Amino acid sequence: MKGLLIISGLGVLAMLAEIFRFKKLLLPIVLLGIVAAYAFNFMEWNNGFVISYFNNMIAFDKMGIAFSGIIIATAFFWFILANDYFEDETNVVDHFALVLFALVGALMLTSFKNMTTLFLGVEIMSIPLYVLAASQKKDLKSNEAGFKYLIMGSFASAFLLFGIALIYGSTGSFDIMEIRQHISAHTAELPTFFYVGVVMMLVAMCFKVSAAPFHFWAPDVYQGSPTLITALMSTIVKTAAFAAFMRLFMIGFAGVSELWTGILAVIIAISLVVANFSAAMQSNVKRMLAYSSISHAGFMLMVILANIRSNISVDAILYYSLAYSIGSIAAFGIVYNVTKGGDESFDAFNGLAKRNPGMALCMTVAMLSLAGIPVTSGFFAKYFVFTAMIGTSYKWLLILAVLTSAVGAYYYLKVIIAMYFKPQQNTEPVIVERSQVMVITLTSAIVIAIGVVPGIVAEMFRF
Amino acid sequence: MLTALLIGFPLIASLLVFFIKGNASRNIALGASVIQFAISLAAFFMYRHNPDNAILSFNHTWVQSLGINFAVSLDGISMLLVLLTTFLVPLIILSSFKNEYENPHSFYGLILLMQMALIGVFVANDGFLFYVFWELALIPIYFICLLWGGENRGKITFKFFVYTLLGSLFMLVGLIYLYNHTGGITGVKSWMVNDLYEAGRSLDLKQQSAVFWMIFIAFAIKMPIFPFHTWQPDTYVNAPTQGTMLLSGIMLKMGTFGVIKWLLPVVPLGLEAWGGTAITLSVIGIVYASCIAIVQKDYKRLIAYSSIAHVGLISAGILTATQQGVQGAVMQMLAHGVNVVGLFLIADILLRHTGTREIDKLGGIRGMNGNFAVLFLIVLLGAVALPLTNGFIGEFLLINGVYQYSAWMAAFAGLSVILGAVYMLRSYQGIMLGERKDNNMAFGPLATTDKAVLIIICVVIIAFGVYPKPLNDLAEEGVKQILMNLK
Repeated sequence: MKGLLIISGLGVLAMLAEIFRFKKLLLPIVLLGIVAAYAFNFMEWNNGFVISYFNNMIAFDKMGIAFSGIIIATAFFWFILANDYFEDETNVVDHFALVLFALVGALMLTSFKNMTTLFLGVEIMSIPLYVLAASQKKDLKSNEAGFKYLIMGSFASAFLLFGIALIYGSTGSFDIMEIRQHISAHTAELPTFFYVGVVMMLVAMCFKVSAAPFHFWAPDVYQGSPTLITALMSTIVKTAAFAAFMRLFMIGFAGVSELWTGILAVIIAISLVVANFSAAMQSNVKRMLAYSSISHAGFMLMVILANIRSNISVDAILYYSLAYSIGSIAAFGIVYNVTKGGDESFDAFNGLAKRNPGMALCMTVAMLSLAGIPVTSGFFAKYFVFTAMIGTSYKWLLILAVLTSAVGAYYYLKVIIAMYFKPQQNTEPVIVERSQVMVITLTSAIVIAIGVVPGIVAEMFRF
Repeated sequence: MLTALLIGFPLIASLLVFFIKGNASRNIALGASVIQFAISLAAFFMYRHNPDNAILSFNHTWVQSLGINFAVSLDGISMLLVLLTTFLVPLIILSSFKNEYENPHSFYGLILLMQMALIGVFVANDGFLFYVFWELALIPIYFICLLWGGENRGKITFKFFVYTLLGSLFMLVGLIYLYNHTGGITGVKSWMVNDLYEAGRSLDLKQQSAVFWMIFIAFAIKMPIFPFHTWQPDTYVNAPTQGTMLLSGIMLKMGTFGVIKWLLPVVPLGLEAWGGTAITLSVIGIVYASCIAIVQKDYKRLIAYSSIAHVGLISAGILTATQQGVQGAVMQMLAHGVNVVGLFLIADILLRHTGTREIDKLGGIRGMNGNFAVLFLIVLLGAVALPLTNGFIGEFLLINGVYQYSAWMAAFAGLSVILGAVYMLRSYQGIMLGERKDNNMAFGPLATTDKAVLIIICVVIIAFGVYPKPLNDLAEEGVKQILMNLK
């Protein structure tokens, strides 16, 4: 909770920076604040007991704290990576504040106890992102991205709100624990519109995690937004949305799982197939990463599907989120530097091995991790998913996941082939700022480290 | 501990080599691989002295909550394959001395890394560890083929990678399925090989059949067996010579070794039900690949197809699950590893000296370089498994094993011997004998390194043809242990 407060405070502080003229100091302050937030988060983890706030609107239990930890750590790396995104712009301060508020929304989503907090979290997270997506004001694509994201996002929010209303109407509560109890007490007499509400919320959440067929916004928004904002969306936002998805469906709607697991299985299947085959056809790296993030969403949803039936712990999805977020930070950091010239196709990577061997190596690690090759963390993430799925009755989905993973290797390898094998048209070395080199190297090293000793992380997440 | 050293040493050496610029890296790589061979020889003698020596196994918990252990040990079969790997890698490195490669430090670093992964595959006693090494072996060879390969390498290596990855993922699912069935009595799940064997045998026929195919596909693609072989000829031809040697000499054995250790004892019922189908596929592969080999013009491609034929016979022998069949397969794996490296080196020498590998354009080389002709002939006779060469005992046992399974299969498999002799001798005739096709073509004396490698290979071919006992004993004992599990 203290972490959430600190970051909200930072957001307000950022807005004051313009007036009191400490713009230059803002980044160090924000980084310090994030470290402090992480420290408090960690202390709450060690405390071990759950305190709920505001009449049980929000409560940081182990699961919430774990997700918050992943989000805050990712945010730390992201801010260092993004320092020159802030330098270029005239309205730095607004951007800082917007990102920080999005972070606040994300943290709320990890630990809501009540449907209203859920809705608030979704909106607090999304509204800054609509603005950030369009933050390259003179770029047509960026404007398109912001606009598309706003319209589609509002649509999803409307679904979410309608779903909440219907569920409130049938159960008489916003509190997810009370809803859970109501479901188990009155299983037979739930009205039809309750089920409609659950499905509507499922649709809204699938939109937020960009699972197919509710993914149409993702490629355009990922491509059009400034690369670093795309990185934010595919790491922090995604993790938060999954945390919310999990809490809502695995705790709140566990009693009616027969209703939504079938639908979810179909959604996962569509996500895997559509995303992987579309990604294979892309020529733009950012679009490829967008589709890849849809396919990873499919994988993460599989854990939810498996858990509800066999009640394994949540460590698989936590590990997956961590591995995916860290790997994506490294990947986007490099994509950002490579595509600075404006060329966002795979050709931009041609000859990177010669133009900047260190970055090429880090990109290789990131791509192999996303493809799920040992001993990267992406492999263990995939392994946990397979392990979770094999005990369920959805074996067909598992086979589909295996087949589409092989397709996945195709487009990740395309980047590696371009870096090492394609002749370069542009022989200039790619110069990366020192702080960014640090983040990229560090995140790549973490990708390998938690792949070699996954026990440390996996055992921590087993509570 | 010594086994862990066998994995650790090449890893450290490879990291070292990555940081050494220029051609010094290849000398260091060669030195490291020779030391590695010495270590494995030490292990070999210790193993002969006392197979249960504690120094030969190593067990350390890796991920406790998931029952994953870093468990490695040696048995008869893995000892032989480790020996093969450590014997071949120095030869492969030595054979590259006449080729100038860009960025030699990465090239040799990757070869050593590959060695690490290969040895890991052969000594792993934990299913998960086995899988990790199995996948890890793919990455260095992928980069070797991608960075130093011939024309069109992008597309071809890519097909190779995706093909084998797909197979591996199926195997992973199969292994996880087994893992989920472990711990029946104690409730503690484990990846240890014996627990997986037990879990596999507790399954019913339907489940065993599913697991059989899941795992077999990975091995079948790696070997490769008809109809999963389509990646192989292009990859072999386009890879740099050393890459081809690694692929065919050692990596191919990952597949056959996998079937022996990670398939036969795991799903005996599945094997009974589907082994026949798999043997049929293998035998079809033998005949099919041999026929294609006969009409090949490019000598390297011819060897690639002959490799499919050989591995088909090996796989058929293993799948019979008879003592002779499996033991013959192990012996043939060793012989094929050595011979095929020799053959690919010969293809490389031809290309370097004459600028072509096309059999039609070559001819009369014997007249220009008699020594080469003799060495070539010895390697060739090993490959066609003439008595008193190393190929003979394996092939004899294999056909014997297949005969015990089915006389018809043996008849078709036996065709491979005849067809093999046809394409091998014809190619020799075309390349070495007859008239010179191009009078300008000269074929000077061999480079020292090439000669050294070929002589070592020829000595091994004859030595183990005449006296295969030390290897055969190990193979016999190792296979007995595996087959005991089947009963």
